[in-house]
Amino acid sequence: MSKTYDGEHWIVEGLDLTVQRGEFLTLLGPSGSGKTTCLMMLAGFEAPTRGDIRIAEQSVQGIAADKRGIGVVFQNYALFPHMTVGGNLSFPLEVRGMDKSKRRSRVQQALSLVRMSGFEERLPQALSGGQQQRVAIARALVFEPELVLMDEPLGALDRRLREELQFEIRRIHRELGVTIVYVTHDQQEAMVMSDRVAVFSQGRIEQIASPEVLYEEPTRSFVARFIGENNLVKGEISHVKRGVCTVQVEGGSMTAAHLGDLAPGDRTLVAVRPERIQLRPQTGAYANEFIAKVEDVTFLGDHLRVRFNLFGHAQFIAKLPNIVGHGALLPGDEVRLGWAALDCRALNFEDT
Amino acid sequence: MPHARLVSLALVLPLFAFVGVTFVAPLASLLSKSAYETRIHDVIPETMDVLAAWDGQDLPPEAAFAAIAKELPSARANRTLLRLSGAANRLQSGMRSLITRTAQRVPRTEFAGTWRETLAEIDEDWADVQTWIIIESAAAKFTLRHYLQALDLEAQPDGSIKARPQQERVYMPLLWRTLLVSLSVTLLCFLIGYPIAMLIADAPPRRRNLLLLLVLIPFWTSLLVRTTAWIVLLQRQGVINDFLVTLGFLRDDTRLEMIYNMTGTFVAMTHVLLPFMVLPLYSVMRSIPQNQLRASASLGATPIQGFVRVYFPQTLPGIGAGALLVFILAIGYYITPALVGGSSGQLIANMIAYHVQTSLNWGLAAALSSILLVAVIVLYLLFNRLVGIDRMRLG
Repeated sequence: MSKTYDGEHWIVEGLDLTVQRGEFLTLLGPSGSGKTTCLMMLAGFEAPTRGDIRIAEQSVQGIAADKRGIGVVFQNYALFPHMTVGGNLSFPLEVRGMDKSKRRSRVQQALSLVRMSGFEERLPQALSGGQQQRVAIARALVFEPELVLMDEPLGALDRRLREELQFEIRRIHRELGVTIVYVTHDQQEAMVMSDRVAVFSQGRIEQIASPEVLYEEPTRSFVARFIGENNLVKGEISHVKRGVCTVQVEGGSMTAAHLGDLAPGDRTLVAVRPERIQLRPQTGAYANEFIAKVEDVTFLGDHLRVRFNLFGHAQFIAKLPNIVGHGALLPGDEVRLGWAALDCRALNFEDT
Repeated sequence: MPHARLVSLALVLPLFAFVGVTFVAPLASLLSKSAYETRIHDVIPETMDVLAAWDGQDLPPEAAFAAIAKELPSARANRTLLRLSGAANRLQSGMRSLITRTAQRVPRTEFAGTWRETLAEIDEDWADVQTWIIIESAAAKFTLRHYLQALDLEAQPDGSIKARPQQERVYMPLLWRTLLVSLSVTLLCFLIGYPIAMLIADAPPRRRNLLLLLVLIPFWTSLLVRTTAWIVLLQRQGVINDFLVTLGFLRDDTRLEMIYNMTGTFVAMTHVLLPFMVLPLYSVMRSIPQNQLRASASLGATPIQGFVRVYFPQTLPGIGAGALLVFILAIGYYITPALVGGSSGQLIANMIAYHVQTSLNWGLAAALSSILLVAVIVLYLLFNRLVGIDRMRLG
């Protein structure tokens, strides 16, 4: 499906995404990448310009948001300020015509699920941000939807609370087995919580995979840059052979994993994770071996973050474990670096 | 007292003095006229001094007769007699002619030994205790008579208080009409203003500014101009009537009477007071996050349920503020009813103005104002109890 507001700029373009039942899927991307728009279309607040959304094989095109039965948790909670916590939770049950005693037990149940029992009579503004978001989560779950959408629900909270609630949301997901589609721009949050992560950029999905695969095997240079840290070196493919390619870079050549759609002569970005770089490897142990000059060393306790100059590329970072011998690096030293061909991926070219 | 407090006190003192001299003092002095008046008392001051010690059971002492016999003719000469005779006659008819006649005849009547006998000779009513009771109460400095009149009550000769006969009641029906008109105008402003405020609050920024301007321009325009504009539109030969006649909906002799009556007052007042409803409502609506309605929809509430249960309750502080503003302004409205109300569309403020400017009965005007003030305060307290003034938002 696709979405445009002004008929000229596509906010979401050619999106094709399937969410598994019971899955925790995160839409991850920088702001303005179209992830929230996707969520709003799924919730029924916006309509796709082209394309269709199906839930359990049923098209929901033309079904209003209030008939979809999807729970939504908003970034700024969107609790009703004139109702108590109990009133907020009971609201979706009331509009469904549930009788009073049943409502009460469901509200209790939902509150205990988010560990907020005993707060029924409080007004939302009397609660802290974290508590409000717990209530908002309970409210989105109390009518037992099969699908819950969360739009940066932890964006307004401080770091400690965010980690606490990440854990809680994970636990609730496991306990209830609901399907959750979660939007965030915080890659760490996405990695911690999700079964699968869809990385958005400019209205398109760059890659959709489990957190491990996204980290280890990015297929797009945007993903390599966005998830974790990567050294990206510009080059041109000269030779391809059985999943491995040779890339001509400024001042040398690298051997990298080849991903299929790049042919000899194509420009490429080669991605190397800083922690995969070995200092002074045994000669011949790795396909890639280079001499680099140390620019500076930052001591970070368990590891050293060393910036090298590798053929004029002055931002080449390596994370070296804090072990004997690594402490002796000084700026200006020329040392030998090495990494395996499979820890180095030739990705699509992007001008950075 | 700490230095800083002294300084801040000194800073606000001029303001307090200004408010006191220009607002509180005139208001208090005018309102005091509703119950305290020396105008009539000063016609017969000596008589009143003697009567002050009188028990009201038997006839007053000779000194009272002597004093009044001296003061009535001199009051006649000063042309102040009418104040006393008029006031006394309002309490009991016949008093005017008694007093006028006595004032005329005292110098011409032969002195009969005592003033008591002399006056009794002029009119035997002077030997009646009741006459003296009326004179004393008519000339009393402290009097409730303005309040009685303003409430359409009258004191009976025996001292009891009764409502005036239906056809003589003037002020209470007017007060009720004023309250009713104010409430209806408030309701109309709410019904018209709420959708307008919602429209403005939900509009994209550009259109919002334009719409706000359309509300504000009339608001900034002179009240007189806006009211007279309605005269142009609504009168018999006005734009609307002409239009309807041209289209053939009306004949020339069946033109609608839309002005110089209650209709005119309603239309013009609602229009003039509308911004006072729209602006507080708008400011409250702007503060309601958009995702409130989305949240209510996601929870399964239809748009109507969402409006009734989620949106509307959150606009109550704005409704309260707007309603209170419109109502309090409407209840004292003067210019608009005076211009477009004709005789049937007048409100209590017009009557107060009449007594201040034309009949010069300031005591009655003050009593009417006090009653209006009390009515507003009572309604305000009631409102505070129901809605809570601290929850109100003026924007």
